Amino acid sequence: MARASTADGPTFRTVLPRQRRRRSAAQRWYRRNERLVLSLLGIVAFFAVWQLGADAGIVDRFFFSSPSEVAIAGWAELQRARFWEDVRVSSVELAVGSALAVIVSVPLGLVIGWYRRLSYAFDPWLNFLNALPRVALIPLVVLWVGLGVEMKMLIVFLGAVFTIMVATVEGVRTVERQLLDVARSFRASEARIFTSLVIPGTLPFIISGLRIAVGRVLAGVIIAEFYAQTQGVGVMIAKAAATLQSDRMMFGVVLVTLLGIILYEAVGYAERWFQRWRPSLDLEETT
Amino acid sequence: MEHHLALSARGVQMEYRDRQSGKRLLALENVDLDVPDGAFVSLLGPSGCGKSTFLKIVNGLLRQTSGEIKLHRVAKGREDAMVFQDASLFPWYTVTDNVAYGLVCAGVSRKAARERVQPFIDLVGLGGFGDKYPYQLSGGMQQRANLARALAVDAAILLMDEPFASLDAQTRELMQAELLRIWNAARKTVVFVTHQIDEAVFLSDRVVVMAARPGRVIADITIDLPRPRELSVKRTPLFQDYGERIWGLLAGRQEETASQGRAS
Ligand SMILES: Nc1ncnc2c1ncn2[C@@H]1O[C@H](COP(=O)(O)OP(=O)(O)OP(=O)(O)O)[C@@H](O)[C@H]1O
Ligand SMILES: [Mg+2]
Repeated sequence: MARASTADGPTFRTVLPRQRRRRSAAQRWYRRNERLVLSLLGIVAFFAVWQLGADAGIVDRFFFSSPSEVAIAGWAELQRARFWEDVRVSSVELAVGSALAVIVSVPLGLVIGWYRRLSYAFDPWLNFLNALPRVALIPLVVLWVGLGVEMKMLIVFLGAVFTIMVATVEGVRTVERQLLDVARSFRASEARIFTSLVIPGTLPFIISGLRIAVGRVLAGVIIAEFYAQTQGVGVMIAKAAATLQSDRMMFGVVLVTLLGIILYEAVGYAERWFQRWRPSLDLEETT
Repeated sequence: MEHHLALSARGVQMEYRDRQSGKRLLALENVDLDVPDGAFVSLLGPSGCGKSTFLKIVNGLLRQTSGEIKLHRVAKGREDAMVFQDASLFPWYTVTDNVAYGLVCAGVSRKAARERVQPFIDLVGLGGFGDKYPYQLSGGMQQRANLARALAVDAAILLMDEPFASLDAQTRELMQAELLRIWNAARKTVVFVTHQIDEAVFLSDRVVVMAARPGRVIADITIDLPRPRELSVKRTPLFQDYGERIWGLLAGRQEETASQGRAS
C-alpha cells in the first residue's frame, strides 16, 4: 500500500514497502492455515445457528431436527451393520459409475474434439444428451437392467459422462495453434501430439467438467436409490423421512454432503497436481 | 567449398484466403531463392511481407499455392528445424523437457534426450534453469530456450524467425556472436528472418530484402565482410555502407507504396 507522508508536501506521493510485522508463532500458524480455519469456522457457525434456532424454537425440530439430535442419531446409526452396508453399496455405485464415466468420456471427448469431422457428427448428439434430464431415463434404465446395483451405476454413469465429454470437447478447441505448429514442425506423431499438447492443454477443462460432474453423480446415486428402494444411503434417507425420523434423515443428508465435499477436494487436489506448471493465482502476496 | 544448394525455391507463390469473406491475399509473389550449403542468409523486410510465411512453407507447416521448394537431403537427422517467432514453449514442460522436445519426437527416449540437450541449455545461457517452467522465465530466456530446442535436433538448415526480437540490446549482441560461433563450428545453413538491418548485415553472407503487398524479393545483397566477424566490425565504414544501402531500399520502397496508396 502506498502511504502519503505529510513531510513530502503536496508534490510527492511516497510509495513505501509493505511493512513486515513481527508475528508470534500463533499468528504465523494462523496465516499458514487461514483457509482451513476460516472454512471450519463457517461450518461451525452454521451448526451453531441451527442448534440455537432449534433450542429457541425458531427452527422447527419436527422437520429439521437439530445438530445434537442428528449427532445422537448418527452415533446410533454408526453401530448398525445395516448402515455400513448402505454406505458400502452407495460408495461402490458411485465409484464404479464415476470411474466408468471418466474412462469413457475423456478419451472420447479428446478424439471427438480433435477430429473436426467427428465433432460435426457428434456435436448435436452431445448437446442433446447433455441437456436431457438424466433422471427421466430411470424408468427406461430399469426396463433394461432391472432394479439392482447395475441400474444405479448406470444412472451415475449417465449423470457424469456427457458433462465431462462436453467439457473435454470444448477444451480441445482451445488448444493453441502456435503450439500445434511447434509439434508439427518437429514432426510429432499423432500420438505424441495428443500426449504432449492436446491432453495437457485440455486438462483444465476436464477438471471443470469433473467439478460439475461431482454434483451430478451424487444426485444420480441418491435419486436412483430412491427409485429402486433396495439398499444405499438414499434408501436410508427415504425410509427415515417416511417414518418421520428427521434426525436420521438429516444425518443421511449430512453424510451425502460430506461425501460431496470429499469428492470436490479430490478434484481440487488433482487440479493442483496436474497444473503445477501454472503461475499461482494467489493474488495476495506471500509474506 | 560450397558443393551444393541446401535450399532452392522457384516461383513460390502463397495466397491466403479469408474464410469468411473469401477474399484472397497474396502473401508471397514469385519468390526465387537459392541458399548454398553452409551459407547464412537473412530475409529482411517490413512487417507483413511474408517472411514467416516463407519459413513455414520451407518447414512444411504451410503448403504453397504454386512454385517449388527443394531441400537437400541429409543422410541422418533432419533437413530443417524452426526457431519460432513467438517463444512457443509448452507451458507444462520444464525448460529441459521443452528443449528435448524435438529429440523425443525423433524417437530418442526422454531420459537420453534430457541428457543430450544439457550442452545446448548451457550454450544459450540457461544452465541451472533446466527445471523451471516457462512462466518462471523472462521473455528473453524463453526465447533462448526456443533457440536451444531447434539447435538440439541438429538439423542441416536452421530456419530462424526473428529469434532475438525480444532480447535486450546486450544479450542480443551476445547471442548474435554466439550464433555465428555455432554456425561456424557446426557448419549449418541458416535462413534468418529479422527486422533489424544491422543484425542482418552483421550475421549474413547475403541479405535478401523483401517488400510487402504483395510479398516479394526486391534485392539480394552479398555482404563481403571478412569472417570471423567481431562485434567491432559494426563500426567499420563498409558495414555502415551496407546498412545505408539496405535502408535506402526499404525506405524508397515505403515512399513508393505510400504514393501508390495516394494515387489509387
Ligand atoms: N493464417 C493466415 N491467414 C490469412 N492471412 C495470413 C495468415 N498468416 C499471415 N497472413 C497474412 O500474410 C501476410 C504475411 O504474413 P507473415 O506473417 O508471413 O509476415 P511477416 O513478414 O512474418 O511479418 P512480421 O515481420 O510482422 O512477422 C500478412 O499480410 C498477413 O496478414
Ligand atoms: Mg513474422
